[in-house]
Amino acid sequence: MNIFACIKQVPDTTTRIKLRGDGNGIDEADIQWIISPHDELAIEEALRLREQQPASTVTVLSAGPERVADSLRMALAMGADSAVRLDLPGDADSGMNARALAAAIGKLGQADIVFTGKEAIDDGAAAVGQALAVFLDMPCVSVVNGIDYGDGAITCRRDVGGGSIEVIETPLPAVVAAQVGLNEPRYATALNIIRAKKKPVDTLTAAELGLTEANRKTRLKNFELPPPKQPCQIIEGTPADQAKELIRVLAEEIQAI
Amino acid sequence: MKILIIAEHKNGQLTEATQELFGLSLGQAEVHAVVTGEGVEPLAAPLGQLGAAKVHLIDSPALASGTGESLGQALGQFIPQLAPDVVLAAHTPQGKDLAPRLAAALDAALATDCVQVSCDGDQVTARRPVYAGKATAEVEFTDDSLKVITVRPRTAKSPEPDATRSAEVAPVAVELLEQKTTLKEIIASDNARPDVTEASIVVTGGRSLGSAENFSIIEAFADSIGAAVGSSRAAVDAGYRPYRDQVGQTGKVVSPQVYIACGVSGAIQHLAGMRTSKHIVAINTDPDAPIFQLADYGIVGDLFEVVPQLTEAAKNRNGS
Repeated sequence: MNIFACIKQVPDTTTRIKLRGDGNGIDEADIQWIISPHDELAIEEALRLREQQPASTVTVLSAGPERVADSLRMALAMGADSAVRLDLPGDADSGMNARALAAAIGKLGQADIVFTGKEAIDDGAAAVGQALAVFLDMPCVSVVNGIDYGDGAITCRRDVGGGSIEVIETPLPAVVAAQVGLNEPRYATALNIIRAKKKPVDTLTAAELGLTEANRKTRLKNFELPPPKQPCQIIEGTPADQAKELIRVLAEEIQAI
Repeated sequence: MKILIIAEHKNGQLTEATQELFGLSLGQAEVHAVVTGEGVEPLAAPLGQLGAAKVHLIDSPALASGTGESLGQALGQFIPQLAPDVVLAAHTPQGKDLAPRLAAALDAALATDCVQVSCDGDQVTARRPVYAGKATAEVEFTDDSLKVITVRPRTAKSPEPDATRSAEVAPVAVELLEQKTTLKEIIASDNARPDVTEASIVVTGGRSLGSAENFSIIEAFADSIGAAVGSSRAAVDAGYRPYRDQVGQTGKVVSPQVYIACGVSGAIQHLAGMRTSKHIVAINTDPDAPIFQLADYGIVGDLFEVVPQLTEAAKNRNGS
């Protein structure tokens, strides 16, 4: 099988966000970059499927500037066969990214299945999987936390919130967007991380993918940090007094209960 | 400006998140609504009372199950006929899945999970959280393509229905192609409490609860005030709670009216997932815990002592 995993490089969850001087983005200095957590599930699922299906290959794709190559090498260290960076600006919108991924998959060969995360934790747009499927003319199942592999088809458990699950069957090829619970991503070993440093990461340029700035439809600007909070009002007293006072605040001041 | 609202419904009622879309500041725009499903005609009247000038009904048994594929096809055919400037949907599991499909199929601009949307003349302004709420950013639309926008639930207040208003009703015929995906089954949640993303109050417990069993004190308190039960990532990783309850950057982003964090220290990725809550209450033994920097009200104390007292006090207040 020809298996693809599409990933995004994002700031680590512990990052404190600082804004750029012009307010139209974040200051990227000192940021620790990681593979977006749901995209690690996509890589893991691709690797597990390859283990079940002899003569399969896993190709990992990521759109973004040069720094993205580090995350692609991490995917190689986890076990992917090859990695390709799509040279797009870091602030490309989800439509551009999805178009670039679809064009790259078209160039690299017929996909049997494409995995991606349900959303990236930077912009949280949750859009690329579904948009990519439209551009590839494939069905898409999003927010998937379990897959049964059948003959030329898969049955997916789709997390629709509140603990409810939709069971959706789709023929392959298809795009699957991964949710937590699908699997437990493996760690790359130190040795494999060192080995992956020497492996090639190919690049496809925007021009090779047929993309220009005209494909951009949105741009994020005027970033703002949340306004500072008023100091916390500490409720004193015995536990019973504190509890009574808090319930009074919830009922009378906030009128929430 | 012409705006199309995609109406979602459940058990024959418009969802709250759909009603809220009519509460956005839409200026003088001509507001249309579209409803998909089987036997959806009765929803036209409430949509009219909320402010839709015209309601389009795509009534078909094939749309009853509402897979992303079928909704995408149906709306993908209808939207170009109406040719709106903006399509609005709620950022719910259905809207989240559908909007990117439509934007891709219609070569539209997409802005998801917006927390501020307004239309004035021919200007559309939208702002959305980034880095799970560590910041927000304005969405600049770089050309005049159709704009597909999803709006986070609780962004606006639903308007009071106006019984004197009614909408023109228009049935729409679409031709559904053969579907590739099939919805085989819906496994209903075994969770009797509201979901953390939908509840107006969320009570969250952290790893300091120490065990899955000890979460019963959180559950009892949540039940006494009709709240959802949330969990920190640490408590989910420790196996105390299922992932569906996890609040934070890698779990769910919530913004209830009241968020009550019990024994949650406030890791940055947790704070990102709840900081837009209207009122935040923290209960923690450590007065220096980062959660107090976000909290409006704080109790420095042992949750094992305080939380059962809260349940008591809430019950007494309810007179039960």
